[in-house]
Amino acid sequence: MSTEVATQSRGAVVGRHLRTFLDRHASLMPTFAAAVIFVVLLIGAEIHFGNFVTPLNMSALLLDNAYLLILAVGMTFVIVTGGIDLSVGSVMALTGILCAQLLSAGHPASVVVPVIILGGAAIGLLIGVLVQYFDVQPFIASLAGLFLARGLAFVVSLASIRVEDESVLWLQTTRYRLGEWYITPTGILALAVAAVGAFVMQYTRFGRTIYAVGGNEQSARLMGLNVPRTKVLVYVISGVCAGLAGLVLTAYSGAGYPRNGIGTELDVIAAVVIGGTLLTGGTGYVLGSVIGVFVYGTIKTVISFQGAEQSWTRIIVGLMLLVFIGVQRVIVFRSERRR
Amino acid sequence: MVKHRLFWPVFSLVALVVINTIARPRFVKITVRDGELYGALIDILRNSAPLMLVALGMTLVIATRGIDLSVGAVMAVSGAVALTIIDGASDPGSTSTVLVAIAVGVGVATLLGAWNGFLVAVLDIQPIIATLVLMLAGRGVALLITDGFITTVNSAPLEYVAGGYLLWLPFAFLIAATAIVVIALFERRTALGMLTEAVGINPEASRLAGVRSRGIILGAYVVSGTLAGVAGIIYSSNIRAADANAAGDLIELYAILAVVLGGTSLMGGKFTIAGTVIGVLIIQTLKSTILFLGVSSAQSPVFFAVVVIIVVLIQSPRLHRLASRLTGRRNSDAAVEAEVPA
Repeated sequence: MSTEVATQSRGAVVGRHLRTFLDRHASLMPTFAAAVIFVVLLIGAEIHFGNFVTPLNMSALLLDNAYLLILAVGMTFVIVTGGIDLSVGSVMALTGILCAQLLSAGHPASVVVPVIILGGAAIGLLIGVLVQYFDVQPFIASLAGLFLARGLAFVVSLASIRVEDESVLWLQTTRYRLGEWYITPTGILALAVAAVGAFVMQYTRFGRTIYAVGGNEQSARLMGLNVPRTKVLVYVISGVCAGLAGLVLTAYSGAGYPRNGIGTELDVIAAVVIGGTLLTGGTGYVLGSVIGVFVYGTIKTVISFQGAEQSWTRIIVGLMLLVFIGVQRVIVFRSERRR
Repeated sequence: MVKHRLFWPVFSLVALVVINTIARPRFVKITVRDGELYGALIDILRNSAPLMLVALGMTLVIATRGIDLSVGAVMAVSGAVALTIIDGASDPGSTSTVLVAIAVGVGVATLLGAWNGFLVAVLDIQPIIATLVLMLAGRGVALLITDGFITTVNSAPLEYVAGGYLLWLPFAFLIAATAIVVIALFERRTALGMLTEAVGINPEASRLAGVRSRGIILGAYVVSGTLAGVAGIIYSSNIRAADANAAGDLIELYAILAVVLGGTSLMGGKFTIAGTVIGVLIIQTLKSTILFLGVSSAQSPVFFAVVVIIVVLIQSPRLHRLASRLTGRRNSDAAVEAEVPA
């Protein structure tokens, strides 16, 4: 009789395990959904075009979206604490044009690169201090950062400045090949930033504090976690990422241009949300944001393959955002009901 | 008087006007030509019309604890729709064609506002994200409508919207003024304003008290969409073209700034229409000042950044505490004055 019961309930046991797994890892589901969509996109494009998933194309995906990837990593830190950083596109433009300007003035890259990264960090610090110590809403504080950085970018130069410095151009022109695949130093940099970001979020005390703050700031404070330092630091990290992205974009386009990155903050936020990070904070993964960026990049590539107008990119990204919000709502709703 | 919540906005505006007048006495001079008023102040009133309309809608949305990021994109869509109709019509110069085109453009904008409201009020999606969808997609739709080009039209009735005069005053300003009066009447002479504030202060409690919060939230986004649509028409009329990329660029940020400058908190609840009006005028006067100073308009965001930072610092509770500690809490007026150097 006991064996009978065991065989009968095996299906139920598996089902229960699955449900427990889903409950425990409900926060992973949006990221998982993003990964599925990414794969479906690739397969669909391959079937449609026949020559889409080639080593050359996939390598270009990383190359073309390296700056976006770096920005998305920084943005993930901020959004998981429940904040938002609208300044990243402008800060990227500022550090990019500053980089080009300083290089053309004859300063060596070894001085220029730390300077622009510090510049990005400084604006991040300003936003963080406003948010944490003066109770300014992240939206408004980073809006001030957006205006400041965009205006300063035009103060540095009103026109585009070409970059001649070889070490900066090296970041872009060098191609490490493996068969048909290639990767540039900018791509390696972007992946390294993502790897470090994922490690910090997942395995360090600081990273876990970020999740705690985003989950419930009050509880985090009562637990004795250093909430103020964490909240300021995430904006500094986002600023540093924006500084790096400025360097990468300058290398990518071979010039600094003060109009770069207008609206990029929205693309970044969209990519992060598609990757499964909740804007309410407390949930999200750097890896998810990486997938989100690749989904965004793939849509862009598909549209240029199709020869359609690039304005479709934003329409489709907007619609995709909507779908993902729907998915997230369902997941949040279900886990709340279970509780 | 210092404690009145409109004191600082009004003070800033008056200070800006005084500084401008000292720097260039022509600033306050208003001349009459053919029964039409001209002058720097009149220009400010006229040029502020699109921002005024958008900021009014934004005030209502913010009062319900929301935010509408899509206003710029909605402006682009309504301009694109209206001008494409006029461009395709057999007689672009006829008043009826222009009226129909404007009605369709604004109607589309109203639908877009209803879409935002549906996402926020019915599907319970966070306002930032819900309106971000349209902010991203809207401009793409506008570009598709204009085929990626800047649609230019020559149509006298259309030009009248932004450039014309009625009863001595610019027509665009009269549109904005009408919107201010209508909204103020509806919000302050009926219970609607109080209900909106109730929804913003505590959505759950107001729902339990029998307020139809869904309808009120939905309505706020519809109004915001409609006003953005009208603003898009004025913008297109001003440049005589539908520019899907430039129309309403960054206007959502300036509108939010105007609302906050006017003293309405982004946390929702209590709102002030008069404050928003003053906030818009401050921004427009500042823009005019920056232009007068010979600063490239591309660099003007630096000034706005400084203004935003000063304003949020003045409003911050920590600085209030610091100030009252410095003055030994002798009186609260002194505390408020101590904030000025910030």
